[in-house]
Amino acid sequence: MQRLTVPVLLAILFFVLVGMSYYDLLDLYIQSVIMFVGINIILGSSLNIVNGYMGEFACGHAAFMAIGAYISSVINVMLFTQDRIFGAPLLPPEMSLYFFPFVLLIGGFGAAIAGLLVAIPSFKTRGDYLAIITIAANFIVTSTIINMDTIGGSRGFMGMKQITFAMEDVIFLPWMLIWVILSTYFTVWVIYRYVSSTYGKGIIAIHQDEVAAEIMSVNTNKMKLVAFMISSGLAGLAGGLFAHILGYINPGSFGILKSTEALVIVYLGGMGSLSGSILAAILFTLLLEGLRFVLPWMSSGLHWFDGVFYWADLIPEGYQVSQVWKWVIIPLILVLLMQFRPEGILGNKELSDLFPRLRRWYSFK
Amino acid sequence: MNRTLSAETTGESTAAVSEASSAPTGPRLLEIQHLTQRFGGLCAVSDFNAAFEGGELRGLIGPNGAGKTTVFNLVSGFYKPTEGALILKGKNIAGMKPHQVTGMGIARTFQNIRLWNDMTVLDNIRISQHYQLGYTIWGSLFRSRNYMAAEERIRKKALDILEALDLARFADEVPKNLPYGIQRKVEIARALSIDPDLLLLDEPAAGLNSRDVQELIQLIRWIHKEFDVTIWMIEHQMTVVMSLCSWIQVLDFGVTIAEGTPEEIQNNPAVIKAYLGDENI
Repeated sequence: MQRLTVPVLLAILFFVLVGMSYYDLLDLYIQSVIMFVGINIILGSSLNIVNGYMGEFACGHAAFMAIGAYISSVINVMLFTQDRIFGAPLLPPEMSLYFFPFVLLIGGFGAAIAGLLVAIPSFKTRGDYLAIITIAANFIVTSTIINMDTIGGSRGFMGMKQITFAMEDVIFLPWMLIWVILSTYFTVWVIYRYVSSTYGKGIIAIHQDEVAAEIMSVNTNKMKLVAFMISSGLAGLAGGLFAHILGYINPGSFGILKSTEALVIVYLGGMGSLSGSILAAILFTLLLEGLRFVLPWMSSGLHWFDGVFYWADLIPEGYQVSQVWKWVIIPLILVLLMQFRPEGILGNKELSDLFPRLRRWYSFK
Repeated sequence: MNRTLSAETTGESTAAVSEASSAPTGPRLLEIQHLTQRFGGLCAVSDFNAAFEGGELRGLIGPNGAGKTTVFNLVSGFYKPTEGALILKGKNIAGMKPHQVTGMGIARTFQNIRLWNDMTVLDNIRISQHYQLGYTIWGSLFRSRNYMAAEERIRKKALDILEALDLARFADEVPKNLPYGIQRKVEIARALSIDPDLLLLDEPAAGLNSRDVQELIQLIRWIHKEFDVTIWMIEHQMTVVMSLCSWIQVLDFGVTIAEGTPEEIQNNPAVIKAYLGDENI
């Protein structure tokens, strides 16, 4: 019974979310927020493998997301839709439903291979120098895509909406939501099992003392390779989902800013804490979306204040607090976080360490 | 682990391990031939030779900067020797990676303790079993039968080794919270957990007080006997070296200036000169 609590809870969450979306109890906006929460969980927790558990500082995570996004989008569009460049569909569009998870995994696999781009330099390079290599990798990937005209170059690539419509034509369900939730579960499952095995703990040993790890028979190069490949592969999975939710991708959306978002999630949640990354991804996404409403309220509130008190001049006449202010407020929160709780929300602990009572409900192994 | 260790058995087995009786019939345990390491123009170790039949307890001494740790770094695979051969059980290990060398049976400790300070003592030992995991990444994801068996075996082995060295009560502590002497012992336990044929101890008595040093001498003697392991140690404290080692080599500026039994070394004029300086200055 104890073994089943978490799987049952996750299954209930899945069916509640999908059911409510199916019966239009959740509108499309709420659904998209839920999907972005899922994608951010995948991005944050996968980056946590490298930045948290292994203690490197990789800041080009969006590059792998881009590779996963482009590979899965191109395959899907080529196989199932009438496209200007790739021509008539090679397979009947109804098949897209059954192929979708495999195409996503191929995207992730491609991203994992691209992970070698930073994994191999990491054998000899550490710390700040590796950080520079990862930034360089991010630029290499985005500018390669910009210069590939067949997949749209800087104009971007589209046609993925037709895939989601095709899937809904077969069976009418909120398919993207389903895939996102399942992929999120898959990611957390993979990472949890990886880092809780003696095999995966090798990367924690590298974090704490690489020389000792190597001398105590940990094959550090292989461990780094595996860690980078898992991390970037999962980012590729997130990219594939991202592309199919939006229906349109362009290289600009996978720049340093996107990588920074993933970094923020890792450091907000706590390095080396899987539950921390999940919590931080939820918080971060909700904060980002919440500000969308809070900022106009702030505008009108300030104008009201100026109106009531003639001496007050908090905000210029006719000025609206624009959405750009999000990127002032969120970094400010980060500054405060680093000042007052630099180890992140959970530090390097898991929820089950902080609340031992949780263990009564589920045996975390 | 197949050894059952307890204080009683130690007391009973009084027969000292003689070098001749435990010598294997096959190839020598380790043969170091003409080992030379240059860093740019500096010759850190030059033409170093040593041979271990198996079962010895030897010392390597010398003034600071003599190249002792460099020899250990060469043997454990951190450096690729400029010249010379390192033949472990008939195989040349010069140029192999440290983790490969460790997997072949050479374990070492460090001058400054290098434990993984934020992981429990038990995890410190468990992770050192990477050389004999016996499962792959897929095994760990799907928790295959193989994986479960391996994890159980590793856990049991780690607990056994901690039990044997009387460290079991610290299994769930993190090393940084333990006293220095215990940390030393944990590091030795971690090295022993890979079932080494040759154990390299780099200044095991550094930073220990005189009582801890006496305990350490007992411990090393006991390990040498019970674990049937060849031990090679670098040490500055002469009490440790002289009471433990049956053969000592002395390095000075990378050159072997003397070798022999403790008595011979103590009376060797070249050694006295290296340590105390020339009297005709």
